[in-house]
Amino acid sequence: MKKQWLFSGLLLSFLLFLSGCEPLTVFDPMGPQAALLKDVIWISIWTMLFVVVVVFIILIYILVKYRSTKTPSDYRPPIVKGNIWVEITTIGIPVLIIVFLSFVSVQSTYEAESVPKQFKDEEPMVIYAASSNWKWHFSYPEEDIETVNYLFLPTDRPVEFRLYSFDAISSFWIPQLAGQKYAMTGMITTLNLTATEEGEMQGRNANFSGEGFAEQTFNVSAVSQKEFDEWVKEVKNTAEPLDEKTFNKLLKPGHLGQKTFSSTHLDFSPPPEEHGEMSEEEMKKEMEQEQSDH
Amino acid sequence: MEFFKQFAVPNPTPTIYLSMVAIGLTLIAVLAGITYFKKWGYLWSEWLTTVDHKRIGIMYLISALLMLFRGGVDALMMRAQTSMPGNELLSAAEYNEIFTTHGVVMIFFMAMAFITALMNFVVPLQIGARDVAFPRLNALSFWLYFMGAMLFNLSFVIGGSPSSGWTSYFPLAGNELSPHIGTNYYMIALQIAGLGTLITGINFIVTIFKMRAPGMKLMKMPLFTWSALITNLLITFAFPVLTVALAMGTMDRLFGTHFFTMDNGGMAMLWANFFWVWGHPEVYILVLPAFGIYSEVISTFSKRNLYGYTSMVVSIVVISTLAFLVWVHHFFTMGQGALVNSIFSITTMAIAIPTGIKIFNWLFTMWKGKIQFTVPMLYSLGFIPIFTIGGVTGVMLGIASADYQYHNTMFLVAHFHLVIIPGVVFAMLAGMTYWWPKMFGFMLNERIGKWAFWNIAIGTCLAFFPMFISGLDGQARRMYTYSEVAGFGIWNLLSFFGALGLAMGFILIVFNVYYSARYASRDIGDDPWDARTLEWATRTPVPEYNFAVTPQVDSREPLWDSKYEGKTLFKEEIKDIHMPNNSGQPFIMTIFFFVAGFGLVFSMWPVVYVAAAGIAVLLFIRSFERDDGRHIHAEEVRETENNKRGDTR
Ligand code: HEM
Ligand SMILES: [Cu+2]
Repeated sequence: MKKQWLFSGLLLSFLLFLSGCEPLTVFDPMGPQAALLKDVIWISIWTMLFVVVVVFIILIYILVKYRSTKTPSDYRPPIVKGNIWVEITTIGIPVLIIVFLSFVSVQSTYEAESVPKQFKDEEPMVIYAASSNWKWHFSYPEEDIETVNYLFLPTDRPVEFRLYSFDAISSFWIPQLAGQKYAMTGMITTLNLTATEEGEMQGRNANFSGEGFAEQTFNVSAVSQKEFDEWVKEVKNTAEPLDEKTFNKLLKPGHLGQKTFSSTHLDFSPPPEEHGEMSEEEMKKEMEQEQSDH
Repeated sequence: MEFFKQFAVPNPTPTIYLSMVAIGLTLIAVLAGITYFKKWGYLWSEWLTTVDHKRIGIMYLISALLMLFRGGVDALMMRAQTSMPGNELLSAAEYNEIFTTHGVVMIFFMAMAFITALMNFVVPLQIGARDVAFPRLNALSFWLYFMGAMLFNLSFVIGGSPSSGWTSYFPLAGNELSPHIGTNYYMIALQIAGLGTLITGINFIVTIFKMRAPGMKLMKMPLFTWSALITNLLITFAFPVLTVALAMGTMDRLFGTHFFTMDNGGMAMLWANFFWVWGHPEVYILVLPAFGIYSEVISTFSKRNLYGYTSMVVSIVVISTLAFLVWVHHFFTMGQGALVNSIFSITTMAIAIPTGIKIFNWLFTMWKGKIQFTVPMLYSLGFIPIFTIGGVTGVMLGIASADYQYHNTMFLVAHFHLVIIPGVVFAMLAGMTYWWPKMFGFMLNERIGKWAFWNIAIGTCLAFFPMFISGLDGQARRMYTYSEVAGFGIWNLLSFFGALGLAMGFILIVFNVYYSARYASRDIGDDPWDARTLEWATRTPVPEYNFAVTPQVDSREPLWDSKYEGKTLFKEEIKDIHMPNNSGQPFIMTIFFFVAGFGLVFSMWPVVYVAAAGIAVLLFIRSFERDDGRHIHAEEVRETENNKRGDTR
C-alpha cells in the first residue's frame, strides 16, 4: 500500500524533526516549569504514538489481506457477530491509556500552576505584566521600575507574574520558561515561573488581539542576581520616572520598541483587584480598610 | 453622499474592486441567462418554491460547494501570505479579515450546509418516508441559511468584513476595539443562518422519531440515521446558546448594552464561555454525521455487516453527552486554576474512548470482508489514519498543563484541521460520491475521483503536519507575518504546497462533475453499489414520492436481506399518495430576513421596521392558511413506476 508507506514516512520524518538537532522552542526549556511541560509532552507523544502504530498496523494488515482483488471471486463475507473479548480489549486499552494520562494531566497541572519545589520557601518576586494594544508594560513594584517590551529576570528566583490587560484579551507567553496565561481587563491572573539558566529568550502575546498582534513580542533576559541588581541600579540612575501623561500616551494603540522608566504606573493607575486566593492576613487588612473607609 | 460612505470597504484593494465588478457581471449574466432561456417559471416552480427534501438537499449541496470555494480561496491567500517570512502580499488588516471569513464560511456555511444537504437527501429515504415531518419548515430552514450566507458574503464588497476571528472574542469584537460594522455582519448573518439550523434540528428529530417505515425499530435504524438523530439533538440543545450569545453581542454593538464590554461591569469571559458551550458540541455536530457516512460506506464496500452496531450507537450517544461537558478546554489558560482545569481535562480525554471504539469497529467491519477501493471507500480509508492522528493530538491538547504550551499556536491549528478535514470534508466527499447516483441519475467518474482523492489526502498531510512542528517552535496562530530569524519559514512553505495540492483536488472534483455529467452512462439501475439500506430500494432518479409503496422492515439491512435472503420489502398495493404543496412563502419571507439583516448591520432603522413588518405579515398569513396538500393518484404512480422499470424488483 503506497498510502500507508506515505503516512508512516511522514510520521517518521515528523518524529525525526521533533528530536532533531536544533531543539524546538518548547523543547528547549530554561526553567523548571517549561522543563516539566516538555516531559509531559514527550510522555503524551510516546503514549499516543503507541495508539497510532496499533491502528496503522491493523489497518494495513486488513487492507492487504481482505482486498477484493486478493479474495476469490465467489467469496462471500460472513455475517460477523460481536465478540465479547474483542469488545473488552477495544474498550479496556483506551480506558487504561486515558486513566494514565489523566493522572499525568492532573498532577502536572497542579505542579505547573505552583512555585517549583526547589524554590518553595523563597518569597517570589512580583512583576506586573499589563498588555495594551500592542505592547507589554512590565512593572517591578519592589524595585519601583517599569519597562516596555522587555524583561530582566534574575535566575534561580521564583517570579510571580500578575497579568492584566488594558484592552483585548492577550496571552502572556514565554515558551522557554512556562506555558501561557491570559491577561484580561478588570482582573488579575497569576503565572509562576522561574528561570534557572541565563540567556536571551523571546516572549509574546499569543492570543489574537487585532491589527498589530503579530508584532506584540518582547525580549526576555535571564541574568544572575548580581547582574540583575546592577541593571536595577543603572535604571534607577539613568531612566526618567513615568508620569500619568506619558503613560497614557504609551497606552495608545501601536508599537513602541523598548522603553525604561524609574517608577511604575501602578501608583496612578492601580492594577485591577486581585481575584486569586488571599492570605488570612491580607483578608483581615482588607476588611479593616473597608471599615475605616465607612 | 454621506449616506453611501458607510457602504465603502475600509481597506479597498484592486482585488476587492475586481471582485465587485466580477460579482456584478456574474449576477447580470445569470439574470440575463435565465430570462433569455425563459427559465424563470422553471426556477420558481421547481426550486424556489419546492418543499421536496431531495431538492432542498441538492440546493444545500450546491451552496455548500460554492462556500467551499469561497473559503478555499481565503485559505490559499492566507497560506500564500505566510509561505515566506516578511511577505507583503496582504496587510495585517486584510489577513485578519480573511482568516475570520475563512473560519466562519467553512464552519457555518460550508460544513453545516454539507451535512444538512446529505441529511436532507438521505434520511427520509433511509427510513422509508415520503418527506420530512414539516416540509415547508424545511424549505424555510434552507432559505434562512442561504440568506444568512449571502448576507455574510456581501460584507466582502459592501461595508467590509469582520476581523476578530471566527471565535469573535469580546472585547476585541466589541465597539470599543472594533468600531467598524464588520462584526455586525457576523452577529446578524449567523443569527439568521442559525435560526434555520435550529429549525432543521427540530424537524429532523420529529421526522426520525415519527416517520420510520413500519418495523424499523430504533435499534434497526441505519447508522447514518442514528448519527443524524443525535446530531439534530445536539443542534437543538446547543444552538440556543449561540442564539443568546449572538443576541447579546448584537445588543452590545447596536444598542449600547454592556454584556461583554470592558467597562461598566461587562464580562468578556462570558462570551468565551457561551461561545464554547455551543462551540464544542458544534464540532461534534459536524463530525457525527461523518461517522454515520463512514459506517455506511465501509460496510457497503467491505460487503459485510457493520461490526458492533450496538457499541457504535452507544458511542455516539456517549460522545454527544460528553460534548457538553468539555468546553473549558478551549481556554485552560484563562486562569480558573488547577482544579477546574483538571476536571475538564479528564472529561475531554474521556471523549477519546468512545471515539477509539468507533475506529476499531470500522477496522473490524473490514475484517473478513471483500474490500473494494471505490472513491467513497478511499475517502473512508484515508479518514482512519489521518483522523487518528488528529484525534490523538486532541488528547495531547486535553492535558491541561501541556495545553499551556500548545494553546493559540499552529499546533492547535494542525489538530483541528486534521480532525475536521478527514472528519467532515472527506466524509462529505465520500457521501456525495456515494449518493450522487441517487441524486442525479449518473455516477461520478472513478478515475478522476481517485486523482482528486490523492491530491486531497496528500495535500492535507502536507498542509497540516508541518504546523505541529512550527507550533512547538513557538509560532502563534493568526499571525499575518513572522521574521526570518524565527525559523518557521520552511514549515509554512511546505504548508503552502499542501494547500495547492488541496486546491488541485477540488478543481479535479469540479472537473469530474462536468465530465461525468457529460459522458457518464445514465443506465445504472437502482442500486449501482450493491448496497444494504433502504435509500437504494427507490427508483433512480428518485420520484418525488420516494417509495410507491411504504417498505416493511424487519432487519438492520432491509435491502440486503431482500436481495440475498429472499425477504419482501414491498408488500402492499399501490394507493393514492398524499404530498405537500409547494410554497413561495419561505423564500419571500427570508428575503425580508435578508433585508432586515442588512438594515441592522448598518443601523438603518426604517428598513428594519419595514422588513420586520413583512415577516410578521407572512407569519400571520401562514397561521390562517389552510393547505391540506394534494394527492398523486394510484394510476399516475403506477405509470411512473412502469416507465422506470428497467431492472427487476
Ligand atoms: C479525540 C477527541 C478530541 C479531543 C480530546 C480534542 C481536544 C481539543 C482541545 C483540548 C482543544 C483546545 C485546544 C486549545 O485551544 O488550546 C481542541 C480544539 C479544537 N478542536 Fe478538538 N478534540 C477532539 C476532537 C475534535 C473533533 C472531532 C473536532 C472536529 C470535528 C475538533 C475540532 C476542534 C476545533 C475546531 C478546535 C479549535 C477551535 C479554535 O480554537 O479555533 N476536535 N480540541
Ligand atoms: Cu472542544
